[in-house]
Amino acid sequence: MATETLTLGKALNTGLRKALENDPKVVIMGEDVGKLGGVFRITDGLQKDFGDQRVIDTPLAESGIIGTAVGLAIRGFRPVCEIQFDGFVYPAYDQIVSQVAKMHYRSQGKVRIPMVIRIPYGGGIGAVEHHSESPEAYFAHTAGLKVVTCANPQDAYVMIQQAIASDDPVVFLEPKRRYWEKGPVDLDAPLSAAYPLHASRVVRPGTDATVLAYGPMVRTCLDAATAAAEDGRELEVIDLRSLSPLDLGPAYESVRRTGRCVVVHEAPGNLGLGSEVAARITEECFYSLESPVLRVTGYDTPYPAARVEEEYLPDLDRVLDAVDRAHGW
Amino acid sequence: MAKGDPGVTTRGRRAAPRSKRATRTDGPELVQLLTPDGERIESATGPDGTEYRVDFTDEQYRGLYRDLVLVRRLDAEATALQRQGELGLWASLLGQEAAQVGSGRALRAQDMAFPTYREHGVLYCRGIDPIMPLGLFRGVDQGGWDPNEFKFNMYTIVIGAQTLHATGYAMGVHMDGKTGTEDGEAVIAYFGDGATSQGDVNEAFVWASVFNAPLVFFCQNNQYAISEPLERQTRVPLYQRAGGFGFPGVRVDGNDVLASYAVTRHALDNARLGQGPSLIEAYTYRMGAHTTSDDPTRYRIASEVEAWQAKDPIARMKAFLTRQQIADESFFAEVDEQARAESVHLRERVLAMPDPEPVTMFDHVYPHGSPELDAQRAQFTTYLESFEGSAH
Repeated sequence: MATETLTLGKALNTGLRKALENDPKVVIMGEDVGKLGGVFRITDGLQKDFGDQRVIDTPLAESGIIGTAVGLAIRGFRPVCEIQFDGFVYPAYDQIVSQVAKMHYRSQGKVRIPMVIRIPYGGGIGAVEHHSESPEAYFAHTAGLKVVTCANPQDAYVMIQQAIASDDPVVFLEPKRRYWEKGPVDLDAPLSAAYPLHASRVVRPGTDATVLAYGPMVRTCLDAATAAAEDGRELEVIDLRSLSPLDLGPAYESVRRTGRCVVVHEAPGNLGLGSEVAARITEECFYSLESPVLRVTGYDTPYPAARVEEEYLPDLDRVLDAVDRAHGW
Repeated sequence: MAKGDPGVTTRGRRAAPRSKRATRTDGPELVQLLTPDGERIESATGPDGTEYRVDFTDEQYRGLYRDLVLVRRLDAEATALQRQGELGLWASLLGQEAAQVGSGRALRAQDMAFPTYREHGVLYCRGIDPIMPLGLFRGVDQGGWDPNEFKFNMYTIVIGAQTLHATGYAMGVHMDGKTGTEDGEAVIAYFGDGATSQGDVNEAFVWASVFNAPLVFFCQNNQYAISEPLERQTRVPLYQRAGGFGFPGVRVDGNDVLASYAVTRHALDNARLGQGPSLIEAYTYRMGAHTTSDDPTRYRIASEVEAWQAKDPIARMKAFLTRQQIADESFFAEVDEQARAESVHLRERVLAMPDPEPVTMFDHVYPHGSPELDAQRAQFTTYLESFEGSAH
């Protein structure tokens, strides 16, 4: 089958299917993941083909999903939990932070929790409240969790399989507004030879400023780079991919060349990923910087009503504005 | 039906008549096989009509007594060690020995247990070195045993969280096809009366019920959640909560090791046979403080403690063994001597426990490690080495 054009959502679905095929200990669990195939259809058809012992419709209780998955993991299973929406993960927060994240540490390595927690996240789909949030910093702040996010169908297909194969607990953030965007996916590439799960990647080379983004904002920043190029300014765009651990080596190398850096995410700026990234880049690239690291983020408000979310979310113009400010410093 | 209506029953059907020989001594529906005076009751009937009995050899009776005494003595030693500054904290099981030894001995080798932080008696029954939890309370580690080796999970301090883990594990037992036969596996989840107010415990009830998990919820109702009495957690007897979730519940005399054993063994065997979860409320009393940081004289009166003292789990077992001539003074003296020797041995080993090397704080955060953490570890090591003449 080689390379096919798939939506990001279908790429995830295909990756999940492959994980179920490859390891009988993989189980998918969550609300409506069975017959319905999930509210975004990411698990579409999987229960039909793998049965209701492998693809489990759970009671409507997020702490229960994660807490029972911990027990399944202790038993030797590899649970892949779906949290239906970003804003609904908080009832499970205690289980994730106090149990999932710490079990390996507390047991001095005797207990592994090879769990994946899939969370559709971010805004831009005109949803009602609690359906558009970006909670990544809560999890990236927690030792014992790994946090990754995909930005294109190829990565979605590979990274979900890598996350499931990992013995680390992985919070897997899916940019829900990009579920329907299409791209080429190499379905035959062996996982063992795939790009590492926790590595960032330069997705567009450039010389005039470094733009760091992840998840839904990668597309936004690539569009901004295209627009900037028309004005004669070449932006280097890096998809961080892994939010914990961060892989900032390529970013340091880039910033030392460009002298300017803009970090972009949907989540509120205060104590967001951008704050940590800016601090580290400042430490590592201090003498190369021509301007401070600038952040383009959601504002420090609750996620607003959908009719104003376009003003809340970073977009092409706000990214370009930040690049202009970096150059005008 | 109004809250607290005593007419609420565990299941639709009413209890069968109790055995005539069963003399109820404490509250309704209390399954008891050994009275506080050490009188043996041949059988007792649970609220759903189940008849409970045990048939132990003299050797087994003596073994249970030995467990009770050892568990209490080791616990007392841990409390003393805390008072002497050798442990940071201790959560004593004093008063709850029978509930723990009875349920702990009811487990079969293949059964898995999920404890709170007070199940030192169950831990002992699982064959884990009793020094293990002392490492946690001394602050040298966070629990050192292998849960899968001993079929006893790590202690869980977040109240009720482990009931979900037990439920998931039990679902896994079922998915592995390890139920439905007499040598099947079952799982037990320990928690307290306070935990029954937690969302996680109620979610665990829902999940265990709808997935028919081979699980026994074992609630030690020791009457207090730190300072708050049971009345602040519930207006119905706790075992009756089970009915609303669709599985049986039973209240057992938690100070009666025989009844605790009988009820737990029955529930575990039902679970392993594929008959789903059940709830046991072991009605007992925390004779000591919540932990060594607590002062129970602020919230309960001495006469209440004295009343429960009269129901002591060890005294009644000793009275029974003596009366039935199953054991004599030389046996009791020998057990006391063993308990003394083991506690001395425990003390010696606690005092010899080394503090961990600081750099070990970076160990085991992730199975696959983290380059960020490796860098922090290296930085920390260099920092320590920067102190001239440092022991590190």
